[in-house]
Amino acid sequence: MSGKFSEIWVYLAASPLLGLTVTLLAYQGAYWLYARAKMNPLANPVAISVAALVALLWFTDTPYPVYFEGAQFVHFLLGPAVVALAVPLYANLETLRRNLLPLGGALLAGSLVAPVSAVAIGWALGASRETLLSLAPKSVTAPIAMGVAEKLGGLPSLTAVLVVSTGILGAVLARGTLNVLRIRDHAVRGFAVGVAAHGIGTARAFQVSETMGAFAGLAMGLNGLLTAFLFPLLLRLWGG
Amino acid sequence: MLGAVTLLLVYQLIGEVLVRFTGLPVPGPVVGMLLLFVTLVARGSAPAWLRDTCQGLLSHLSLLFVPAGVGVLLHFKRLGAEWLPIAVALVASTVITIGVTALVMRALQK
Repeated sequence: MSGKFSEIWVYLAASPLLGLTVTLLAYQGAYWLYARAKMNPLANPVAISVAALVALLWFTDTPYPVYFEGAQFVHFLLGPAVVALAVPLYANLETLRRNLLPLGGALLAGSLVAPVSAVAIGWALGASRETLLSLAPKSVTAPIAMGVAEKLGGLPSLTAVLVVSTGILGAVLARGTLNVLRIRDHAVRGFAVGVAAHGIGTARAFQVSETMGAFAGLAMGLNGLLTAFLFPLLLRLWGG
Repeated sequence: MLGAVTLLLVYQLIGEVLVRFTGLPVPGPVVGMLLLFVTLVARGSAPAWLRDTCQGLLSHLSLLFVPAGVGVLLHFKRLGAEWLPIAVALVASTVITIGVTALVMRALQK
């Protein structure tokens, strides 16, 4: 019986089917938990599914490349998803036009402060160069951040983890921070969360109000775009 | 849906090719996104079939970074050694970014 089982396991582990299926199962299980926890940001479905899959690979002694063989089909969709961000960005074109100065100014400030503060603090506390480069794009939506980290010479998979952590932190900390600063306007609150905490912050903002969500989504798209272009330029100036 | 997915892939492909050609240090999909955005502005509307597919894809955006997130197990050593600077940098910079962005936006609204 156990001989038969391990035979089947060896067969399945060698095929991409297993890696793909467990990824989808883990995510949907984690999403179910997230919904049960009334979308509490601490029950983030990405964090839960990653933890579950890491544990699974650990216990079954499966190397990451073997898992990725199957998971790459999900991973591949990151590219088209970035292209798809053009559509919500276009939907918000009117809002953008009418608030060009406040949105542009806040975007520029936020997209500079996020990487500079993270890298400065990490550097002051002794983080390594590769960690700093992976940390820099952490406020940007994951698919763009990973592309940027790769171009910079950071570690895209480490960046993915840092991006998710940042999103969760932003979703948890935004309310307190904005209340201390006495920011009441939902447009401002949403935009700030979107710049700092990308998609996870945006998902959170949509739970509070439609306006907050729309501005957060707009901020996420613009910040990703600006960072992708600004970053390599900054680094070039820095280096040369 | 098939048409929309094909369209997204074509824009991504054009983006990747442009990046290779020009040596721009920008991810190819970002260039594809910009080109699609410009196309929509020039066209004056986003067709419903494209909107539906994009909405479907983006509503599961967080699923897409699970495979890369699992890659954390390749970095356990690094995270163990550098957990303090990473944790402090993440928490502090997230709070600072939210605060600065909100304050600048409010100041410019007046």
